[in-house]
Amino acid sequence: MTATGLKPKLSFRNVTRRFGEGEKAFLALDRLNLDIADGEFVTVVGPSGCGKSTAMNIAAGLLDVSEGEVLVDGKPVNGPGPERGVIFQQYALFPWLTVRQNVEFGLRIKGLPAGEQRRISDHFLRLVGLQDFADALPKTLSGGMKQRCAIARAYAVGPTMLLMDEPFGALDALTRVHMQDQLLDTWSRERRTVFFITHDVDEAVYLANRVIVMAARPGRLHGIIPVDLPATRNEEVRLSPQFAEIRNQVWHAVYHQKPQVET
Amino acid sequence: MIRRNAFLAGIGRHLPSLALNALAFLAGIIVWWAITAAKLVVLPGPQEVFTRALELAASGQLAIDIFSSLRRVISGFLLGAALAIPVGFLMGWYGAARALIEPYVQFFRMIPPLAVIPLAIVTMGIDEAPKIFVIFLASFLSCVVAAYQGVISVDRTLINAARVLGATDRVIFPRVIIPASIPFILVGVRIGLGSAWATVVAAELIAAQSGLGYRMQQAQLYYDLPTIFVSLITIGILGLVMDRLVQAAERRLTTWQERVQ
Repeated sequence: MTATGLKPKLSFRNVTRRFGEGEKAFLALDRLNLDIADGEFVTVVGPSGCGKSTAMNIAAGLLDVSEGEVLVDGKPVNGPGPERGVIFQQYALFPWLTVRQNVEFGLRIKGLPAGEQRRISDHFLRLVGLQDFADALPKTLSGGMKQRCAIARAYAVGPTMLLMDEPFGALDALTRVHMQDQLLDTWSRERRTVFFITHDVDEAVYLANRVIVMAARPGRLHGIIPVDLPATRNEEVRLSPQFAEIRNQVWHAVYHQKPQVET
Repeated sequence: MIRRNAFLAGIGRHLPSLALNALAFLAGIIVWWAITAAKLVVLPGPQEVFTRALELAASGQLAIDIFSSLRRVISGFLLGAALAIPVGFLMGWYGAARALIEPYVQFFRMIPPLAVIPLAIVTMGIDEAPKIFVIFLASFLSCVVAAYQGVISVDRTLINAARVLGATDRVIFPRVIIPASIPFILVGVRIGLGSAWATVVAAELIAAQSGLGYRMQQAQLYYDLPTIFVSLITIGILGLVMDRLVQAAERRLTTWQERVQ
């Protein structure tokens, strides 16, 4: 049931997550079923409390399911794994390490020889345009540069999938557009499956092959909107009537959700 | 940016702060001299104290006192900090260790270390052991809380970021928890060293045969005010120097921290 009809890269099977116990229990995610194809770029939008971050943390292996399971390449997720790179909204760079040391963090853990680490970090620093800031500390970088460093760090360990939790949420509108183009550029050159959470409808449509719309209370899947736009996204696409049409469709799905009676 | 008094800010632009420090120091000496010269209070003046300081320095007495006090502080403090850091990490990392140790730490924190001196003298005798023990206690208690606070304040996202990059707990501890808690530990070290210094002087007042506190206690018996002044000033200067050393170490170790200039 994927866009390409191939075996899914990431699948959620009846994934349910509750927080708390008894009376105070809160259903964060209710029976989520979703398949994402290999190499696909999906964005996830929805009101706050729709369980989008919960779903991502479960896929990342940072959170357990209450029921159901998440499969990556057909194998159940049990904790974090090197094939899944995660990018957080707050960048989460290690402030005591330089840009290069941050990018090499996962490589050092793997025990790669120093020369190999260096070669890989050089490659990804160039990919995100931070080669001139390799020895800078994170505190000297702008928000956009910090996030590019986090992206390079995630790419460096060679994941086949990226899970991104509102990565550009803290950036200003101009930087955000620039980062979107850069992410797409990176993605087109180093193709990965991407699961990208955002609260920005424009961003969701611009980046995605498919937009996953979620609903809140309880958090659940609301609908999936395919994005039939040219594969190469640029300003022309962003300003096209087709883009506006899909954007309207997503907007309605997000902001005019019919309240669902809990079952 | 905090708004500052325009006048003070103006001075600050024209004079480097070191020059201002020297100016303030000089003004203090002048005020001291004026008060004592006018016989407003029966205290020794700067010249008298300075002469006594030279005498005590020349006789080697001052050096011996400084050495005895510093030796006690440094040995007690190093023992205290060396134990506090692992214990604090243990408390922060393992809930069970926290539940077992915290009541004791909180309880002993409520007892001023000096109040332990009578017990320490009775059980450990009157030589170095009771003083070093009391200083050890004072510095241990300040550092352990700081190290523990450091561990529990580590940003969860940093731990998660390490975890998704393939780090296990055994890697996260040295690579994330320790560096992230260094700023907290250094604050504890600074407070610990301050309280160790305060404690040694007080402990020497009560029971010692050497040290700056002991010298003051002796001078008190003979109404020797200049010697008391020399000791007090030495205590202040040494305390300041130690604090500045820790501060310098702090700046070197935490250059990565974002801070308000």
